[in-house]
Amino acid sequence: MPSLPPIRPEDVATAEKIRPDGAFDAPSDAHDPVRAGYLLRLGDDSLILGQRLSEWCGHAPSVEVDLSLANMALDLIGQATLLLGEAGDADSLAFKRDVLDFRNCWLVEQPNGDFARTMVRQLLFSTWQHMLYQRLTGSRDEALAGIAAKAVKEVAYHRELAAEWVIRLGDGTEESRERTLDGLGWCWRFVPELFEVDDEVEQAVAAGIAADPREFEAEYRAEIARVLGEAGLPVPNDQRPILGGRRGHHSEHLGHLLAIMQYLPRTYPDAKW
Amino acid sequence: MYTTELSKQPNVQSIEDPERLAAFEARVAADEFIEPKDWMPEAYRRTLTRQISQHAHSEIVGMLPEGNWITRAPSLRRKAILLAKVQDEAGHGLYLYCAAETLGTSREEMIEALHSGKAKYSTIFNYPTLTWADIPAIGWLVDGAAIMNQVPLQRTSYGPYARAMVRVCKEESFHQRQGYEAMTSLANGTPEQKRMAQDAFNRWWWPSLMMFGPPDENSPNTAQSLRWRIKRETNDELRQKFVDITVPQAEYLGLTVPDPDLKWNEAKGGYDFGAIDWDEFYAVVRGEGPVARERMTARREAWESNAWVREAAAAHEAKRRQRAAA
Repeated sequence: MPSLPPIRPEDVATAEKIRPDGAFDAPSDAHDPVRAGYLLRLGDDSLILGQRLSEWCGHAPSVEVDLSLANMALDLIGQATLLLGEAGDADSLAFKRDVLDFRNCWLVEQPNGDFARTMVRQLLFSTWQHMLYQRLTGSRDEALAGIAAKAVKEVAYHRELAAEWVIRLGDGTEESRERTLDGLGWCWRFVPELFEVDDEVEQAVAAGIAADPREFEAEYRAEIARVLGEAGLPVPNDQRPILGGRRGHHSEHLGHLLAIMQYLPRTYPDAKW
Repeated sequence: MYTTELSKQPNVQSIEDPERLAAFEARVAADEFIEPKDWMPEAYRRTLTRQISQHAHSEIVGMLPEGNWITRAPSLRRKAILLAKVQDEAGHGLYLYCAAETLGTSREEMIEALHSGKAKYSTIFNYPTLTWADIPAIGWLVDGAAIMNQVPLQRTSYGPYARAMVRVCKEESFHQRQGYEAMTSLANGTPEQKRMAQDAFNRWWWPSLMMFGPPDENSPNTAQSLRWRIKRETNDELRQKFVDITVPQAEYLGLTVPDPDLKWNEAKGGYDFGAIDWDEFYAVVRGEGPVARERMTARREAWESNAWVREAAAAHEAKRRQRAAA
């Protein structure tokens, strides 16, 4: 039997581009590689950060903080479940892929460090995620728009909570200021990756699925500068961007995170839990 | 969670104004709630402060054995459920600390008492969570035993404690169901999962029975606590109830109760069960549980290594007020 040539992502994107307005909207298709690839990026960001935050559970500075960190972790795991569920089988994607197939950014896989670093990481990520999800509520992909509409409310809270803590810590004691500066130094390297637009994102933007992050980079930088200003902290200098997460090239930390997270389903591949 | 200290109370007879005491006792006997600003005998205040704060500590320390598995939960659904459950425990700790504070002891003092070893917490959390099956087992058995203890406390005489218990019991009841549901997956699963389930059941069964505290004949102050409506049923009554409800649940799962002496007693309409190892219980109360050191080290480290965060929050707040006043 002759085999058909594979459908290339660029063909799909072209077909979407030339589709006349008002044309029949096909139901969302999990096998559309552009769509699935974009959903994986979003889903992996939420999953990995949710996993990181859950490491704090039982070890936070106070009961109240423990509650808020667990709450954010829970929101993020919920988002990951929905997003990965749209990209394929959520559990297989979460527990059966190895580092090269994870599409999250470097920022979210960074170890928690101390509470200051955790909060800086959260500020830098949640502010970005909030601006992105606000735009994704208008995605042409109905499922993604729906997930974004639900998640944007959660993320608004994460962003506010992280900003409040960064201000408290920056403006607190000498020690908390030093620690927050350290956290900022650690995390700032990974900000450019949040605004990286590669071919895959270009195609997802062209298809009306994704939002182009460059559209809100100036707004983002102004907002981070505002929060840091209120915290009495300088905006760090930019350095050469560290990129690669979106193509499966990660820091050393992700492999260890996955080894822990995936251990049960990998040890007992036939088991249902 | 039940507090094992209750039965170790010193004699509660004290020198109080007999008229006020009589009026207080009459209110309690009439099942009225005592509120924070009401007069109460000193011994009642002390007993309750100890009981509620130990209950709060148990919730907080209890986050550790379960938190041990959040990062390794085997599916996204199980991870979300476990996170939500452990978060509930933190919430319980919080309202219980608040309820105890209404009796005049600050949260810092209570936490200090926990870290110095002066205050106790439920012995059950000094056992390790070795496999994933321990998470379902804790939900089913430990939360099951906790509910058995706590349902009567919704009618306890101290208003803030009773009201906290209403919410706590609703959440605990959900926890127990999720534990049993997760155990069902294991009991109907692969041979490795069944082995995990039985092993966890074997390890958690006896410590769960110990959660009800020492036998009634060694619980000399139960009578006083019952009279003050701080406690509503005796340790042995509650333990019997727990066994009678749990054994058929285990049978339904195909698990074997690790007690060769367990048998149905038609005459009493309940199960007879084997002797509890009270030496082990008292050893764990003394802090000799298998992971007691790990638990206290984790709590102290979380508190001490993050002291700078609490100091920073206080310093910022002071500066903010100063700026607002200027």
